Amino acid sequence: MYPRPFQYHRAGSLKEATKIMSQLGEGAKLLAGGQSLIPLMKLRFANPQHLVDLNFVPRTSYIKKKGEALHFGALTRHAEIEKSAAAAKIPIIHDCAAGIADVQVRNRGTIGGSLAEADPSGDWATVLLSLSTEVRCLGPAGERTVQLPDFIKDAYTTALSHDELVSEVIVKLPAKGSGGAYVAFKRAAPVYPTASAAVQLAMDGDVCKEAAILLGCVGLMPVRVREAEAALQGKEIDEKAMEAAMEAARAAADPQPDMRGSADYKRTLVGGLVKRAIDVARRRARGEKVEVSHIYA
Amino acid sequence: MPETVLKAKRLKKKSAADGAIEKWPITVSVNGKSCSLAVEPRMLLVEMLREALDLTGTHVGCDTTYCGACTVLLNGAAVKSCTMFAVQADGAEITTVEGLEKDGALHPIQKAFGDSYGLQCGYCTPGFMLSSVQLLSENQEPSEKDIRKAIAGNTCRCTGYQNIFKAIQAAARGMKGA
Repeated sequence: MYPRPFQYHRAGSLKEATKIMSQLGEGAKLLAGGQSLIPLMKLRFANPQHLVDLNFVPRTSYIKKKGEALHFGALTRHAEIEKSAAAAKIPIIHDCAAGIADVQVRNRGTIGGSLAEADPSGDWATVLLSLSTEVRCLGPAGERTVQLPDFIKDAYTTALSHDELVSEVIVKLPAKGSGGAYVAFKRAAPVYPTASAAVQLAMDGDVCKEAAILLGCVGLMPVRVREAEAALQGKEIDEKAMEAAMEAARAAADPQPDMRGSADYKRTLVGGLVKRAIDVARRRARGEKVEVSHIYA
Repeated sequence: MPETVLKAKRLKKKSAADGAIEKWPITVSVNGKSCSLAVEPRMLLVEMLREALDLTGTHVGCDTTYCGACTVLLNGAAVKSCTMFAVQADGAEITTVEGLEKDGALHPIQKAFGDSYGLQCGYCTPGFMLSSVQLLSENQEPSEKDIRKAIAGNTCRCTGYQNIFKAIQAAARGMKGA
């Protein structure tokens, strides 16, 4: 079905896009990869009067290592991140980029758009919250930096004001001896995951120094499970510690029953995903090459 | 609040303007031919191809970014043309299934789909072939996993994928030999 009619605006720069958004007011929306917005418009769940297209803005798609951080341009497509050697320095980022939806969607969808949409079933927020991530937000008055935990406010709600946009995503490289993994389960490639788990560990030999454990799709926002992290920190990761982390993850999950599964099913699933992710993360911390990504039939 | 009043005024003004949505002039290269046309912003790329350019080889299946029947190449990358506005393709090179054949000779992927019985009703076939073309342009020796991953965004309801899979393997062998 056709979306409702709208006026189209093609921004020449990100700054210009914020100015247009400011002039047009609440009836305007930004168009990045469009892989969520366009389907919503076709279903007429979203009916913007104006679209401000960011896709013609030059130099918004890049992955650069600057000092001890990776900088992602807001319109960097998932597919570019999937293929990037620089991004592969943080394996959990590759896990995510390589498994989002399917080839066609990864060729269009962007990291900035995904964060700005803050869909509770989106992948990027869950993964990037397990790392130290900053979001550069550009508005007509200038740019500000927001830590990712302060950026995601609620389901579909971020710290961005109407005339602000994500200009860059900055991810700190994890310390040496770290390992991370993202495991998401979905029923088929093109759909959102049923549940997902992001685990980032800093190891000292067999002992876990620091852990970040996030659950996706089982709450209005990614769920950080401090109890699961505490179950690993300062300990050797043995079967008992892993069980405790799984148990904590199941308890912290707050899934909604829907067509992807019942709440009980999702709770059980997310525990299993956490276990897998911990296992891969600690093996990667030891320097093993392990391939994981989204799991689907 | 003055702020609210200001917003209401703005919206009113804009909705009056909405009566006449301006068409956008665009120039797109489709299968190597340059096309200039004016499109309503809400026109989807797949509709432009099918309705304005009469290239009906690109199909609309689910119309919800799932099935991949509408897959075309945008500057060499497979995209779902039901999930992109035509105006966004301005300046781009589009390849549809009609552009695969060269000088009356089938593209190796087309020939392989025929030889391997990689189609039954044929509705999903153009999308599968274009996803395969992207794969084979990047990876001349795709593993089984590479092939499965490359066509994960395409849905077939007839053949059960086995022959499609074999067709892509055969095309990869053929193109490597060529």
